[in-house]
Amino acid sequence: MDILSFTALELGKMIKEKRASVLDAVKAVIERAKAVEQEINSYVTLDEEGALKQAEEVQRLIDSGTLTGPLAGVPVAVKDNLCIEGQLTTCSSKILSGFKPIYTAEAVLNLKKAGAVIIGKTNMDEFAMGSTTETSYYGPTKNPHNTAHVPGGSSGGSCAAVAAQECYYSLGSDTGGSIRQPSAFCGVVGLKPTYGTVSRYGLIAYGSSLDQIGPVAKDVSDCAAILEAIASHDTKDSTSVKRKDYDFTSALTDNVKGLKIGIPRDYLGEGLDEDIRRAIRKAAEVLEERGAVVEEFDLSLVQYAIPAYYVIASAEASSNLERFDGVKYGYRTPDYEGLHNMYKKTRSEGFGAEVKRRIMLGSFVLSSGYYDAYYLKALRTKALIKQAFDRAFEKYDVILGPAAPSTAPELGKSLTDPMKMYLGDIYTVAVNLAGLPGMSVPAGKDSKGLPIGMQLIGNSFQEKTLIRTAYTYECATNKQYVVPANIGEGV
Amino acid sequence: MKHKISDETIDYVGILAKLELSAEEKEKAKIDMEKMLDYIDTLNELDTEGIEPMSHVFPVNNVFREDIVTNGDKKEEILANAPLRKEDRFEVPKTIA
Amino acid sequence: MARQYEMVIGLEVHVELATKTKIFCGCSTEFGGAPNTHTCPVCTGMPGSLPVLNKQVVEYAMAIGLAANCNITQTCKFDRKNYFYPDNPQNYQISQLYMPIARDGYVEIESGGVKKKVRIHEMHMEEDAGKLVHDEWDDTTLVDYNRSGVPLVEIVSEPDMGSAEEVISYLEKLRMIIQYLGASDCKLQEGSMRADVNLSVREAGSETLGTRTEMKNLNSFKAIARAIEAERERQIELLEEGKPVIQETRRWDDNKESSYAMRSKEDAQDYRYFPEPDLVPIVISDEWITQIKSRQPELRSEKLERYKKEFDIPQYDAEILTESKKMADIFEASTAICGKPKKVSNWLMVETLRLLKENSMEPEDIQFSPENLAKLVDLAEAGTINSSVAKEVFEKIFSQDIDPEKYVEENGLKTVNDESALKAVIEKVIAENPKSVEDYKGGKEKAIGFLVGQSMKAMKGKADPGMVNQMLKEALK
Repeated sequence: MDILSFTALELGKMIKEKRASVLDAVKAVIERAKAVEQEINSYVTLDEEGALKQAEEVQRLIDSGTLTGPLAGVPVAVKDNLCIEGQLTTCSSKILSGFKPIYTAEAVLNLKKAGAVIIGKTNMDEFAMGSTTETSYYGPTKNPHNTAHVPGGSSGGSCAAVAAQECYYSLGSDTGGSIRQPSAFCGVVGLKPTYGTVSRYGLIAYGSSLDQIGPVAKDVSDCAAILEAIASHDTKDSTSVKRKDYDFTSALTDNVKGLKIGIPRDYLGEGLDEDIRRAIRKAAEVLEERGAVVEEFDLSLVQYAIPAYYVIASAEASSNLERFDGVKYGYRTPDYEGLHNMYKKTRSEGFGAEVKRRIMLGSFVLSSGYYDAYYLKALRTKALIKQAFDRAFEKYDVILGPAAPSTAPELGKSLTDPMKMYLGDIYTVAVNLAGLPGMSVPAGKDSKGLPIGMQLIGNSFQEKTLIRTAYTYECATNKQYVVPANIGEGV
Repeated sequence: MKHKISDETIDYVGILAKLELSAEEKEKAKIDMEKMLDYIDTLNELDTEGIEPMSHVFPVNNVFREDIVTNGDKKEEILANAPLRKEDRFEVPKTIA
Repeated sequence: MARQYEMVIGLEVHVELATKTKIFCGCSTEFGGAPNTHTCPVCTGMPGSLPVLNKQVVEYAMAIGLAANCNITQTCKFDRKNYFYPDNPQNYQISQLYMPIARDGYVEIESGGVKKKVRIHEMHMEEDAGKLVHDEWDDTTLVDYNRSGVPLVEIVSEPDMGSAEEVISYLEKLRMIIQYLGASDCKLQEGSMRADVNLSVREAGSETLGTRTEMKNLNSFKAIARAIEAERERQIELLEEGKPVIQETRRWDDNKESSYAMRSKEDAQDYRYFPEPDLVPIVISDEWITQIKSRQPELRSEKLERYKKEFDIPQYDAEILTESKKMADIFEASTAICGKPKKVSNWLMVETLRLLKENSMEPEDIQFSPENLAKLVDLAEAGTINSSVAKEVFEKIFSQDIDPEKYVEENGLKTVNDESALKAVIEKVIAENPKSVEDYKGGKEKAIGFLVGQSMKAMKGKADPGMVNQMLKEALK
């Protein structure tokens, strides 16, 4: 069997049992990446030399019995908004040209402690702003299932890399759906944890109150194991939460008997592709057959999540991105006259159109005279949305719905109408506003052969319920992870 | 379209955000912002009277550090990414006229 | 008749807190390090870094708020103040606007014999900015982030002051309170205390406020007084000419003794404050407030009364000793060692104040240790050294904090109490000065003074003059 076809946990086990070496695995994914990158463009940086060095070191630690975890020796890719000391970190933006962080993000340090071999940094929408990975300064990533389509975004590179077997798993970040939506588009499993579960220290901020790092994996078991590795209470992140449970893999049980699942009617209404609606209903039936109690209900306020999200995220982003000014790191315009001209030219040349659009909006809604009408209104709406979820979780253990209203759109069709692109976030942004955990699990394909993702939403700190539900579904349907055919063969 | 964004507003926001838009970009920015603000106005359909604005989702508070020096001299690393430096300082265009 | 004007002044006072580390990271706050050596990803605005609040900052701020009779905001939060400037690495300053830590206080001041209350509108915590240096050679600006993230409190008064004297009196009072709390050393020259002056003028007796200006860059009491006078004149001149006063921020140039407007097209002064999402609220319980209150050191008035009672020190001396926390601390520590409060007080009131004045120093700049002063008191009291030697030794203590015992020993300054040695000298002096001996014996009592002087000279000052006098009289009987 091809070494690339193993899941992360399968590979980890083989390495532990000395049936495969870390170097074999690293070489295999790098070979694979070299073969398909021209078509897919998952990576901003593929660090072959560093990966080979790490492979040797990790192998030694495994052999000496120092590293014993289930992910030891498994190659991983990391989204390019996570800082790694000494390694180019760009957020797929020109403004961070040449930037090499002087410290490593906490989540990545946790991965290293688990024995991960980091093989590169994945492409993304610039500063995580976008739903297609087309706003990257380093060119778009393509969907491995059909390279005429986008992989989704903003963690498009992370999801495509897993789907195309260019790594065994990856880390993404999710501010408004940026893990769940591309996971759905690429047919992989992605999870956004409860806010505060994974430290944000070293994650280059987009919307600080919404951002969370999470795993992208081939299956639910990998996803649980990765979450277990990266979640931690970090005193360097004031919003990091000390949880009671970090044993996420203990939830990998094939059992949903008596589990109450609610499907928001508002998530199945107008604007949703018929193929997806059918797939979601089918998934619900599968879970029902396994003993879950499924019913439809009205979540309410769904249409207000997007406007509230864009006010809050843009406002925070306008402030978070002020530090990119040509003084301390990254790009500085070559020609300028005076300080403010330097600022303006650097930022105007360094940021792409979508980033500038959100900075302008965010600066406007915070400006004198508008703060109450926009920003505070959005924060009040957020409170109401949280209340709506609280009511729902009084009745249900899990909320089930689609991850996105459509499957992956064709390349070049989304950026012309930003409003339309924003509307694609309708099922995901509310989860970030309420700080809840959300998961995307492959649930079949549409008529064009593009993957469909179902979204599971849990109450705060109830990742285990999501993992149990997803695992049961996966067992019932046989694993959905399908290696996309055709890619890499023409090269 | 209900919102009308003037040239002055776009220029003003450009000053706040330190972005210099070309004439073409400005026109597009005006339209984008008008559309977004119209859309955001749908929030006004919601009665939020008496609702406390929620900046943090969880009631976590009082996260502190003790007053103990933990960091040493990292000058070289800190300056290593500077686009322009002079000796041990970052260099920028002069700030005082 | 010329119109009469009056000034309405409010102050924004920034005070650097005496923490060991910065407000949001573990970098040292020590003054005067080489450029950018006290920096880290947090205080240089590196992407992905996050702030974590120093608890000591909150406790110092609470202590100052309580001492200034403020209400403590029991749920307080940080906000971001957004503006681009290179001394501010994130291009936003973490500060407090909507829920500052303290509100509605006052301090009592005395100016020209009149007591009055200056109300405090609010007090908040925030981070300091880095230091900009102009590079003359290249005509550029250079940035050092060592001060970036040093904790500050900003104390905003109501416009309750009407003269430069009141302003100075208010600042001195604030400084004393804060120094007593140990929350800051409040040195204007080093910038650990800074004041921005909001000033307007109006016709005397008028109820409406005039347009105010804000004056920055005032780094001594003298500069503040000069700037207030200059701004008063500038505004009155405008009003007399029928021109409007423009609400603006002005920068004082103390060398030119004038100010200029800091306006710029790029400076919209629209700070887009919003709650800092990277920090969580601070919830201050009643217990915490009680705890801070109980830890509150004795304030000046309490100390003054105690000194009078405990050490039997006159009102005037107690006032001077307690005027500065540093002075009071040295007094108490020295007294505790040597047990001679009046002697210690004398050294502080006379010699210390004289030397401070001669060196244009503040009591806060005192470097010597209470141990060495106590040793000196003991040496002088025991008669080991005489008073003129003691003064000489004290100067050494003041300037170099030397150990007086060692110093006296090493330099052979001990008073010679060896009677035989003294006797020999006295006999020699008597033999060499027959004229004076004759005068003395003839009834000129004063002549003995000359003989004492000669003996002391021969002893190189190391004898006890009283003893010499006694022995001379004996010898001449």
